[in-house]
Order: sequence, then structure tokens, then C-alpha cells
Amino acid sequence: MSKLKLIIQREFIAKVRNKSFIMMTFLSPLLLVGMGALVYFLMQKNDEKIKEIVYVDNSAMFSKEDFKDTKSIHYLDYTALGIEATKKKVEEGDYYGALIIPKQDSLELLAQSIEFYSTDSPGISVMNSLENKIEQKIRNEKLNSFGIDLEKIKASKISTDIKMFNFSGEESSKLINGLKIGVGALAGYLLMMFVMIYGTSVMRSVIEEKTSRIIEIIVSSVKPFQLMMGKILGNASAGLLQFFIWGILLFVIVTIASSIFGVDMVEMQSARVPAEQMDAMKQATDGDKGQLIIQEILKLPILKMFVLFIFYFLGGFMLYSSLFAAVGAAVDNETDTQQFMLPIMAPLILGVYVGFATVMNDPHGSIAVLFSHIPFTSPIVMLMRVPFGVSWTELAISMALLLVTFIFMVWLAAKIYRVGILMYGKKPTYKDLYKWLKYKG
Amino acid sequence: MKNLLEINNVVKKYGDYTALNDVSIHIPKGSVYGLLGPNGAGKTSLIRIINQITMQDSGSIILDGEPLAPKHTAQIGYLPEERGLYKSMKVGEQALYLAQLKGLSKAEAKKRLEYWFDKFDISAWWGKKIEELSKGMAQKVQFIVTVMHNPKLLIFDEPFSGFDPINAQLIAKEILQLRDEGATIIFSTHRMESVEEMCDEIALIDKSNKILDGKLDDIKRAFRTHTFQVGLQTANPKEVEAQLKEYFEVFPSNFKLLNDSLTLNVKLTKGNSSNDLLSFLTSKGEVQHFVELIPSANDIFIEAVHKNS
Repeated sequence: MSKLKLIIQREFIAKVRNKSFIMMTFLSPLLLVGMGALVYFLMQKNDEKIKEIVYVDNSAMFSKEDFKDTKSIHYLDYTALGIEATKKKVEEGDYYGALIIPKQDSLELLAQSIEFYSTDSPGISVMNSLENKIEQKIRNEKLNSFGIDLEKIKASKISTDIKMFNFSGEESSKLINGLKIGVGALAGYLLMMFVMIYGTSVMRSVIEEKTSRIIEIIVSSVKPFQLMMGKILGNASAGLLQFFIWGILLFVIVTIASSIFGVDMVEMQSARVPAEQMDAMKQATDGDKGQLIIQEILKLPILKMFVLFIFYFLGGFMLYSSLFAAVGAAVDNETDTQQFMLPIMAPLILGVYVGFATVMNDPHGSIAVLFSHIPFTSPIVMLMRVPFGVSWTELAISMALLLVTFIFMVWLAAKIYRVGILMYGKKPTYKDLYKWLKYKG
Repeated sequence: MKNLLEINNVVKKYGDYTALNDVSIHIPKGSVYGLLGPNGAGKTSLIRIINQITMQDSGSIILDGEPLAPKHTAQIGYLPEERGLYKSMKVGEQALYLAQLKGLSKAEAKKRLEYWFDKFDISAWWGKKIEELSKGMAQKVQFIVTVMHNPKLLIFDEPFSGFDPINAQLIAKEILQLRDEGATIIFSTHRMESVEEMCDEIALIDKSNKILDGKLDDIKRAFRTHTFQVGLQTANPKEVEAQLKEYFEVFPSNFKLLNDSLTLNVKLTKGNSSNDLLSFLTSKGEVQHFVELIPSANDIFIEAVHKNS
């Protein structure tokens, strides 16, 4: 058996036998689903409590018509009780809050002088809804005073729903756009997490070999480059394995959970998707659109995304973990890694930020395109863009750049690694690392 | 005798620092070769080059008639001074892994390991993790993984550190047996008494240069000072000492004899022989002690390094 294969095997086994790996692999999906269920449950519970708001309307302008009860808020007319008595009742904790509408000469003055009293600060959504109601009423009054017929305005309202197409014939909609953002963001974020977790794991494994001093025995049998590559590939395999297990487990758990608890799978998912996507999702879940979402998911280029995820995962992981390995080789213990970690972490985090900030607004905008070609951010940003359809030419360029860069970085890291693993005692500086790059053989 | 390893004019630099300056050493097949020198002299650099952990900048290394190449790692066993094993890996698995890295098949590695584990009576440790073993126990495992692939060339850097005297003796015996079975051994240590005991030839490296090499006996002969330690029972020691000084160089000596004798270190001069000294002494009293002071490896080490500085 070749030495590289032996090393990959050992690293892989050492990693997957590790207790924390087993825990992470099998508990994370449970935790994720559990959290989702919890959030869903809490949201339901939270909405169940009905808030009672009392109002005193001295302007005599509002009617029960204007304060219609909703699922979560009930309105009570306490005008007869008077301002002070009503406020007192609220203060005693009988009601959520008191809305005081005074009598004013003009609508402008009225708009500025309405007050709300409550024992706790009210939620933003409650205030928004109150302000909306009042604004609408006052505006209607104003329109009336201008002699404009409200009925005509109502009749002139029309809603549009622009259907979106691209030229490959796929129909898109706001819903599927939301889904694409969600799936892309999830893939990009997952990739960053994997690179960080497994990159650090490569680094730890290098440090362990250094501190246990076995390194000199190993490198008397194999080339340092082989050892480094074996480590990187062994950890990458463990990462992929974990990823697959997660996928399978998530599928199984969600299926079981939804059949046992009768929870709508789609609603469960809506608890986990990023906020940006909520609107699109809500639209769907309001009606009987659950089926539609599944159909839309199936319409995404799933196979393409899967293959690209594997490619960018491996490419990005090798690029970064070779740097992690070099850092591990340069230091004697983990506390000394800090100064070298920042420059490695920065582009990773930048990738996620740029992805979230630009791809969501405009997946094919110039910034998004640029960062999906820079090899240090491309694995993350490109994965976010892929659901929106990226041409094969663009993909090929980005992938080729990543490939070339990762070969170069592995070569560079190997030079530092080779020298670093046999250096003890001194905490190296960047200047030292540069010097090591120039050492021969 | 044919050389197993020939190191010719090897130079190694780290940046501006020269770790090895034109070092040439020839190591005969089947010998125990002592590689000596103060800390930081360049021994480890040389050993790492032989192990192909690093490469020399210039010069050549010939192993058994062939220029040193990656395939030779399987023919070399190396026990570094700073040694260690994977702490959380099991003894057996770890030994198998290291043996396979040295090119043995899994089955062959298992067979040889069983032989060695049996020999050292440590078969019960197979399934234990290294972190569960004592330091001495781990050292035994370490020794086994160094020698189990039957290398032609064995390099031991301070092999006895961490061993108690009993185990150190066991290891010394094993090393000599490996030599008798045909292995060539490079032995690097600061313990001069083990150099005397084990080495056939030595090389001394100081400040990146080889300052001395050859058969230990030849070197001793070269460093011989023709000084004798004598003990004489005589009636008037003062007078004898004064007379001795006329013909020889005389130094005080501090060894003790049973009787209250005159004890001195006497160095032969002006073409005197040891017989001249002895006949002089016998004419003055009863000779109770007469021994040539042969320089120890320790003396040679210290003197050579002093001269070099």
C-alpha cells in the first residue's frame, strides 16, 4: 500500500474514532431538528396569548370598525370610563396597553398628539399596527375633507404579480427566488463551517505530532509533503463522511418527526430558513402551497449543486487546510496560533459576508461575480450563486483558478511545513516563515 | 573492510548559519560508530540528512554503494533523541502503522512485531494506548519500531535516555546483537562510558566541523601522554621524588593505596621508556602500583573540543 494511502487511512480513522466527531455527527442533526421544532413550538405559543388594548377616543372620530379584533389583539372601547380611570386599569395590569386619542381642532394636531400607555414597552409590531390604523383613518378623513370619493380610490387599487422568466425557459417566482437564496446561503455557510472546523482539526493534528515528537520518526519514513497531504485528504474524507451522514440523518429524522407529530414538513423548514426568505415562505404556507414548495425545490439544479458543492468543498478545504497545516507546523502549541489565524479566517468570513450582502440582491452583479472568481472566497460565493444559474464558462474559470491557487498554496505551505515541523522553542514571526520559504531541501 | 555509509564533503546551511562544513565520515559495515560532539555541533543536522529528512546543500552520501535515495528509508532505522509516539493510538496499531510506512506488508509487520513483543515480554501491551504506559515502557515500544524492519543502518540518538540501568543494559545488549547479525550502527551520545563500551570507531564534530575520527583504539593511542600512575613504598619519599624529577615530568596524584606509599603521576620524557621508569622505581623501593594512564573517551572529547576553540 502506498505511504500516502496509509497516512490518509490513519488520519481518517483517528478523526472518525474521536468521540467529539461521533457526537457532532449524530447529535447535530437531532439538535438542529429539535431547535427547529422548539422555535416552531414557541412561535405558536407566543401567538396564542391575546393582547387586550383599551382605547379612549375623545375625538369621536374612530369606531369599532377601525379597531377590528385580530387573532392576537383585541380592542376594547373605554371612552366612557375616562382617561385617568382607564390608565389606572392598565397600570394595575388588567390590560396590555391604553391608547389615548384626544380631541383636537385639526387632523394634523391630532396625528401628533395620540398617546399609548403600557406597563412594559410594547412590541414593534403592535406599535406598527396601531400607527397604521390611525394613519389610515386620518388619511381617509383628510381625503374626505378634500372631497375625494373613497370608494373610487378603493376601486382603483389593483395588484400585480410579475411573472419572471429566464431564457433557458425556467419560470421563476419570488418564492423560488427565496428558496434559491436559502439553499445557496446554506451551502455557502456550511462550507465555511466545514473549512473552519476541519481546517483547525488539521492544524491540531500537526501540532499533536510536533508536541508528541513523533514527527521526526514519521518524516524519516515519508516525505513531509506526503504527510501533509495525507492529513489534509484524511480530514477531508472525514468531513465528507460527516456531511453525508448529516444529510441522511436529517432526511430520516424530518420524515419520522413529521409523521409522528403530524407537523407539516414545510412549516418546520420555515422555522429554520433565514429571515430574508420568510416572506416568500409565508406566502406559500398561508395557502395550500406546501406542495408547490417541494415542486420548486425539485426544480433546482440539485445534481449540479451537489457536484459543485463537493468540488468547491474539496478545493476550498485543501486551499485553506494547507495554510492551517503550515500554521500548525510553525508553532509549538495552540495558543501561539492566534497571530497566524486572523489572515486565514478573514477571507473566509469575508466570503460569507460578501455572499450574503451581494448575492441576495443581485446574484449576477459585478461584486458577486468578482468574488466568485477570487479563489479564497469563490467556494463560498460561487456556491451561493449556483442556484440562480451560473454559466459553465464562468464555473470553469472559477474552478480552474481555484485549482491553480490551491496547488500553489499547497506547495507554499509545504515549504513552511517542512521546516516548521522540526523547529521547537521559538515562537516564529512572519519574517521567520519567509526565511523558511527560502531554505533548500 | 567495506564501508556501509560514506559521507563525502557534506555542507548544510540554514540561511547564513552553517550547520555542517565540509564533513566527511566513512562508516564501516558491521561496526558501531560513535558520532560525538557538544550540543549544537551539527550532529542532528547530519543525522537528519542521512535520514533524508533534510537535504545537504552539497556533498554526497553513499549507502551501500548507491547514492542515497528515497527508497533507502526502508533500510534505515532511526531513534531520534526527541522521541515520541501518538499518545492516543494503541501500541499495536501504531507499531503496525510505522512498520508499514517503512515498507513492510501488514502481515510481515505483524509477524515481526509479535517476535519483538514476545522477546521484550510486552505482548500484553498490544491493545493499550501509549498514554497508559510509563516512560520506560514507551521507550521499549519505540526501540522495537526502530529496529523491526531489519534495517542495514541503525541510527540511535541517545538510546539510553529514559531507561533504568537494567533496561539500558538490555537495550545495549540488543544493539550489540543487531551489530553481530550484520547491522551497522551509528550511535550518538554524550555518555562517554557507553562510548567506551560499545563503539568501534568514532567521529567528533564540533562547531560544524569534523575535528577527529578513526578507530577508538587508534585515537586513544594518538592522545596517549605516556603518563604512568605509580605507587612506591620507600623510606624517604621526598628524596625519591626529587630524583625522579631529574629524569621525568612528575605530577601530584591523588589516588590512595593501602599502605602509606608515595603516589605520583609520572610522564616519560627525553626518549625514556616505561622500562626505564620501572627499573628506576624498583631500585628505590617496593613498587606497589604501576599503570599507564590511557586517555578515556571523555578526556579525548574534552581535550579535542578545547583545542578546537
